[in-house]
Amino acid sequence: MKLTIERSALLRALAHVQSVVERRNTIPILSNVQLEAADDRLSLTATDLDIEIQESVACSVQRAGATTASAHTLYDIVRKLPDGSAVDLTFEASNQRLTLAAGRSRFALACLPREDFPTMGFGDRPTGFRISSEALRKLIDKTRFAISTEETRYYLNGIYVHASESSGVAVLRAVATDGHRLARFELPLPEGAAGMPGVIIPRKAVAEVRKLIDEDEGMIDVGLSDARATKIRFAFGDKVLTSKLIDGTFPDYTRVIPTGNDKKLSVPAKDFAEAVDRVSTISSEKSRAVKLNLERERLILSVTSPENGSASEEIVVNYNGAPIEIGFNARYLLDITGQVDGEEAQIELADSASPTVVRDSGDEHSLYVLMPMRV
Amino acid sequence: MSALCRDCGYRTPGDTATRCGQCGRPRLLRHCELDSLTIAHLDCDAFYAAIEKRDNPAILNQPVIIGGGHRGVVSTCCYLARIHGVRSAMPMFKAMKLCPDAVVIRPNMAKYVAVGREVREMMQSLTPLVEPLSIDEAFLDLAGTERLHRASPAESMARLVRQIEERLSITVSVGLSYCKFLAKIASDLDKPRGFSVIGRQEALSFLADKPVSLIWGVGAAMAARLERDGFKRIADLRAVDEKKLMARYGDMGRRLHALSRGQDDRSVSSQSIVKSISAETTFADDIEDLMRLDRQLWPLCETVARRAKAQGMVARTIHLKLKTRDFKTRTLSRSLPEGTQLADVVYRHGVDLLRSAANGTAYRLIGIGLASLSPSTGADTQDLIDQASNNRAMAERAIDRVREKFGQKAIGKGRGLKQS
Repeated sequence: MKLTIERSALLRALAHVQSVVERRNTIPILSNVQLEAADDRLSLTATDLDIEIQESVACSVQRAGATTASAHTLYDIVRKLPDGSAVDLTFEASNQRLTLAAGRSRFALACLPREDFPTMGFGDRPTGFRISSEALRKLIDKTRFAISTEETRYYLNGIYVHASESSGVAVLRAVATDGHRLARFELPLPEGAAGMPGVIIPRKAVAEVRKLIDEDEGMIDVGLSDARATKIRFAFGDKVLTSKLIDGTFPDYTRVIPTGNDKKLSVPAKDFAEAVDRVSTISSEKSRAVKLNLERERLILSVTSPENGSASEEIVVNYNGAPIEIGFNARYLLDITGQVDGEEAQIELADSASPTVVRDSGDEHSLYVLMPMRV
Repeated sequence: MSALCRDCGYRTPGDTATRCGQCGRPRLLRHCELDSLTIAHLDCDAFYAAIEKRDNPAILNQPVIIGGGHRGVVSTCCYLARIHGVRSAMPMFKAMKLCPDAVVIRPNMAKYVAVGREVREMMQSLTPLVEPLSIDEAFLDLAGTERLHRASPAESMARLVRQIEERLSITVSVGLSYCKFLAKIASDLDKPRGFSVIGRQEALSFLADKPVSLIWGVGAAMAARLERDGFKRIADLRAVDEKKLMARYGDMGRRLHALSRGQDDRSVSSQSIVKSISAETTFADDIEDLMRLDRQLWPLCETVARRAKAQGMVARTIHLKLKTRDFKTRTLSRSLPEGTQLADVVYRHGVDLLRSAANGTAYRLIGIGLASLSPSTGADTQDLIDQASNNRAMAERAIDRVREKFGQKAIGKGRGLKQS
């Protein structure tokens, strides 16, 4: 293999694929990136056995071929090369070394045979749909904060995506929950997604896809591997991310979304978030409880810390129901209000022990459920 | 300056009397600061041995050693055994060589704990500020109790000692001073059945020629280091300023500086900060079977959960401790996303950890511990998804309420029943 590539193009591609490579690996080849050169393109692949990212970049190939070399080392070298340099990559099968030359720098890297590099099979795709990167970005941002980290409930360690119906309209729905809060977001069902089975996209794949979206405008092709949908693939032009899906059953979340919460409150989202943030400063505990005292047109937020003291703040709100006192985890409240795009957050309460619904006045497609704390 | 009689509490006027003007006994306390010192340290004399002698008068005049348990060391010995040179923590075989006639008694912790609790309750009737250091010793802060008891702290302590001797038939020693450091030293001066006073006036001269190892926190290693650096007596430390001591010994330097001058501003605190809560049990026979280990775990989880609830704490970390047949300790831990104080949650995580350890190894001990504790406000919120866990939590709270009213044994989970 012998090729010449522009440093910035190589760096960008390496940055994308190396992010999936774990820092410490017990299987040596998983530290490597696979390099394949053919037809004036260099294809780079990295995997952690759960996720595979592949990217193809234009280059000038003098001799086709393939090998694997340490992803992080290669990335660090290319990062430190001067901007604008041309990088020569040469792999000699005779000595199993990848030579990288740029300007006056030369590096010889140890390689492992590409035949040993694990690739993720994908099979044919019975289901596939296109989605704009903007829509996918929103779907992820509005739900990922609620993903659980609890290992025992592994089926909550991702975003559940499935085709559904919302007041007669077919939608693609994303749901994440950790048992304390739940985030639901939906968008019009893309063509081709109608028959798709529900899938749970694991947290790490969500994070990687989200990073790739940031660099890519345009459409993304989403494919599910086979009838059992064990894998999902996101194709962004030159980049393809394939991930295993979580093999589990997402719980029936619909029954935890309350429908009869009659105490409806509307708060200026930004003011509310800032006030929650301010009053929770007083507490140094990991789970800070904010107490909401709700009266007519008035909301008093307060936090008490046994060691540090107390804090309270009053907000003028739109509320006509009976007075109620309820407590929430401050961080959870901030996570949710941070996602509210509209001016107002609409909060629907039942009583101080029941799930509370939060809606976004600027976005009818998102909905949040939050479990109160005992205060 | 009047003298306080330790046996009857009478104040004998004058500076010269050597016997009580009322009861005629010679145990008089006379000190110019006697009525102004408020910090006391109370320490039971040869606690375990004293209790055993009390309960079995036949051994009253024989040397008694409590020990010979698992590790085969002396845990307490009576003063008769001490005459022969027996000391606490001495290996049993060595103790027996020194004192072959000694009566050896296996420790009966439950009994000692019960007596220790009685002593503690009597101290607490004197002042709420009782800081227990162990089962048989505690600091007491008696400042401000003079009007309540119509007695100075010294008089109150003397009366407490008499009450303990009468009611529990064990003896204690008391140190009285103006700070914890010197009160603790004082209680040791005149043991057994002692009552020593160190006032502000003589504190400096008292400490001057004492070895540095007397200072709280200075162990054998630190004492050797200090001696190497030229600090042998406490007075030596006073020659150096605080900055130099801190530069050399860090935080310990600050302590050396203050304590060598008899300055100790630690307050007596009845609430020690609980860092972890744990319970363990040793089996009569080693167990390797998961089901049988599992059954041992549940009552321990109930115990730690009960303590956490009583303290108003929740734990974010759960430790499972196992000791193998050959005394190797294994600890498995798990961090929780949310704090808990529920036995059910602790148990479920505990069993999960246990599953990976129950691989045919025979264990002799199992224990469960809670750590990363924080106040329970808002913890154990209901779960949106897992209704079954919510139901179990509600059941546990209901069981707690029933037990509060009718006692521990009134109700329990089937899991806790003894298998027949």
